[in-house]
Amino acid sequence: MSSRDKILAAVAANQPAKVDLPDIDFLNGAAGNHVGKFTGVLTSIGGKAIEVNTFDDVKAYIKQTTNQGDRVVSTFSEMSDCTELINDYQGLPHDLQDIELAVIGADLGVAENGAVWVKGDLLNQRVVPFICQYLAVILKKEKIVATMHDAYEQIGSENYGFSTFIAGPSKTADIEQSLVLGAHGARTMTVFLME
Amino acid sequence: MRVGLFIPCYVDQFYPDAAKATLQLLEKLGVDVIYPPKQTCCGQPMANSGFEHLAGGCNELFIKNFAEFDYVVAPSGSCVLHIREHLHDDKNPEVAAQLSSKVYELTSFLTDVLKVTYLPAKFPHKVGFHQSCHGQRGLHLSQMSELVAPGFSKPGSLLNMVEGIEIVPLNRIDECCGFGGTFCVVEEAVSAKMGKDRVEDHLEHAAEFITGVDMSCLMHMEGILNRKGSKVKVLHIAEILNGE
Amino acid sequence: MNIDVKDHAALSDVFNEDEDRVNWHDETLWWIRQKRDKAVNQLPEWESLRETASQIKNNVLSYLSNYLQQFEANATKNGIKIHWAADAKEHNEIVLGLLQSKQVKQMVKSKSMLTEECHLNEFLAENGIDVIDSDLGERIVQLAKEPPSHIVLPCIHKKKEEIGELFHQHLGTPAGNADPQFLTETARQHLRETFLTRKAALTGVNFAVAATGEFVVCTNEGNADMGAHLADIHIASMGIEKIIPERKHLGVFLRLLTRSATGQPITTYSSHFNKPRPGQEMHIIIVDNGRTIQLGREDFRNSLKCIRCGACMNTCPVYRRSGGHSYHNAISGPIGSILAPNLDMEKYADLPFASTLCGSCSNVCPVKIDIHQQLYKWRQVIVKNGYATTAKKASMRLMSFTLSTPSVYHVGGKAGRWVLKHAPFAVNNKFNPWYKHRDMPEPPKESFGEWYAKNKNGR
Repeated sequence: MSSRDKILAAVAANQPAKVDLPDIDFLNGAAGNHVGKFTGVLTSIGGKAIEVNTFDDVKAYIKQTTNQGDRVVSTFSEMSDCTELINDYQGLPHDLQDIELAVIGADLGVAENGAVWVKGDLLNQRVVPFICQYLAVILKKEKIVATMHDAYEQIGSENYGFSTFIAGPSKTADIEQSLVLGAHGARTMTVFLME
Repeated sequence: MRVGLFIPCYVDQFYPDAAKATLQLLEKLGVDVIYPPKQTCCGQPMANSGFEHLAGGCNELFIKNFAEFDYVVAPSGSCVLHIREHLHDDKNPEVAAQLSSKVYELTSFLTDVLKVTYLPAKFPHKVGFHQSCHGQRGLHLSQMSELVAPGFSKPGSLLNMVEGIEIVPLNRIDECCGFGGTFCVVEEAVSAKMGKDRVEDHLEHAAEFITGVDMSCLMHMEGILNRKGSKVKVLHIAEILNGE
Repeated sequence: MNIDVKDHAALSDVFNEDEDRVNWHDETLWWIRQKRDKAVNQLPEWESLRETASQIKNNVLSYLSNYLQQFEANATKNGIKIHWAADAKEHNEIVLGLLQSKQVKQMVKSKSMLTEECHLNEFLAENGIDVIDSDLGERIVQLAKEPPSHIVLPCIHKKKEEIGELFHQHLGTPAGNADPQFLTETARQHLRETFLTRKAALTGVNFAVAATGEFVVCTNEGNADMGAHLADIHIASMGIEKIIPERKHLGVFLRLLTRSATGQPITTYSSHFNKPRPGQEMHIIIVDNGRTIQLGREDFRNSLKCIRCGACMNTCPVYRRSGGHSYHNAISGPIGSILAPNLDMEKYADLPFASTLCGSCSNVCPVKIDIHQQLYKWRQVIVKNGYATTAKKASMRLMSFTLSTPSVYHVGGKAGRWVLKHAPFAVNNKFNPWYKHRDMPEPPKESFGEWYAKNKNGR
């Protein structure tokens, strides 16, 4: 008997009497000032939210925060004049190690925890938001929902290869619980909230 | 209403004043209290050590002593919790179940059954209140700091009826004192350290007395207070509520 | 009174030799408990969220065999290869086999308590595979050649000066530099090189979704993602209990997990792995290692609901004052104490006794495991199975002084006499563990029973 069959047989023999799943719809969030809440929570976990109107505002920010020669990548054709588009990147993920700033899009924001939902498939290389030194995310204000329950309701049964919630910069508190930003992933996270 | 008075063995032997105060307080409130003389122990020390199967004699005796009463009251949250959760009788399971639901810790008997709203007590001192875990988390005598739920305290509401008393705040409102029955000797180092830390919290807030619903926790803290030569005393809550 | 066996009490005794350190350890963990309190109090629905999570997990346990097969089918459809391991040995051999098939000699690993439980690192080292742990805390204890002392905060027992010294010795940082910012930056640089050069990455699994075949890995540092997205082969190890039914249930658990663990609203990264990236291999090893036995123990199966947040450790007054290593098991604290006896009842017979049964652990548990009730029940099982070393030892200790001291009262009834004969505070001598740090109660002139007989009799 294979280990698989052995384990499944043991589970079947030992699992308790069937119990129904509870209803979780009652947990869905109420209406409220999601943008304000999102901004507050993101700030409290070390991130930054900036309200912008157009891509020009984002470009101005990039100009201000990066130096000549820095590798700045994005997934937005609107910014092809000042960033390297990586939508069709086919190289090794390792060759992305020198990215200074990555500007990527997010499908969803979650007010209760400041997280954004990023689909790795759209980046073509999943490692981008982690390997970049600094991360910027463009999110439509209307895409912010109240809680994780609402977020998963939106995500539904969508098919993806890899997706991730990102909430703020990479961080650790492993040394005496002192919070340090920039562990292995991005050192900062800026979310541009667009109308 | 006939109430059987259940006095835990170590209270009987080492803290008779707490037992007398319990009896007098109940009598003062017009309750007909009887102390069955042949009572012993609830069996908890054995059960908590893993020898629950040896506690059958305790169960039998407890049922024999107390089955006839309308209520049973004890000045101990821990012993009452043990009876509530573990009293059983294989021959008469219903009798045991019925009895265990009639057993009350003193302060909850005062608030829930007698519904006391006034006490003629006076105690002009700074007092630290120790939340004994079994009473608090086991019998829900007070709200627990871990839960997101409205606050309440049955013993606290009674202490608030006492004239002149000042309850001191604590840094950790419901941390365990480390007594834990046989834990206090099996895990001597951690137990003593927990007791020291608990006492320090009360001392830091200038308590003159430490009180609570369980004499076992108080005995533990008293042992530490006395060892360090502190003048701070422990008193069972009955002794304060019964104070003139 | 020599105790040779290193049990929790003996190890705690050693931990308590340095009281300042105990205070520091206690305060650090209490601070995390307070952060947890602050976070959970911002959600008025917290208690119903816990109840919901508990019910979902009850459902999972009751349909586990269906869910596991559903997960296997969906993950396979997604291009993930599923392996099954009956025990730690088989798990380790599967990992080794996968690495050997790719001629890989070096692997980067993000945090996985399951691989700690299986002692994977030691096994791979014996077989010539070099493993680097990439979670900062795990890397620190790895450099120190110690196991983690906490499931979420692996090096919570270490002071920053000690970490500075480790980094000085192993990573060449200047002696005496213990600045957390500086040390973290050093680890970032050092491990970036590791991430870029490892062809294999192993991660744990926080949740595996039966309906979709995806799994979720949560980190704050981004180390799991850095490893997995750069490696040619990604191996994920999971216990059979990590299954949840549907994707929407992640909403419940991700809301609970980090708030309970550290007081954060969510981990920085909650990564959902559904398919390998083009050209990459992805493997999941589903591990039993005693879990099906625990599933069959009616009183203890709820321990399999655990989502490894560590809240029970942070709140436990005993854990805070004895340190994780005193539990001599991969998973320490209250949850470790109810999981470990299932693995080896004799070796871990002491752990269910390492508690005052205060109940705080059960109250913070996000999936409402009745931890302190299970500690009580394990005590009964351990005694009945004849492994009552700790309890027996205790009563032996007590007997040694009480038997020679007939100062104890005679009370009616066997039980009463047993208790008072064994009452720790009854005797004043140096063999009495009570007396080491605590005075005895003053014996009164008469017992309450005697007073009652004199004053109230005949009423």
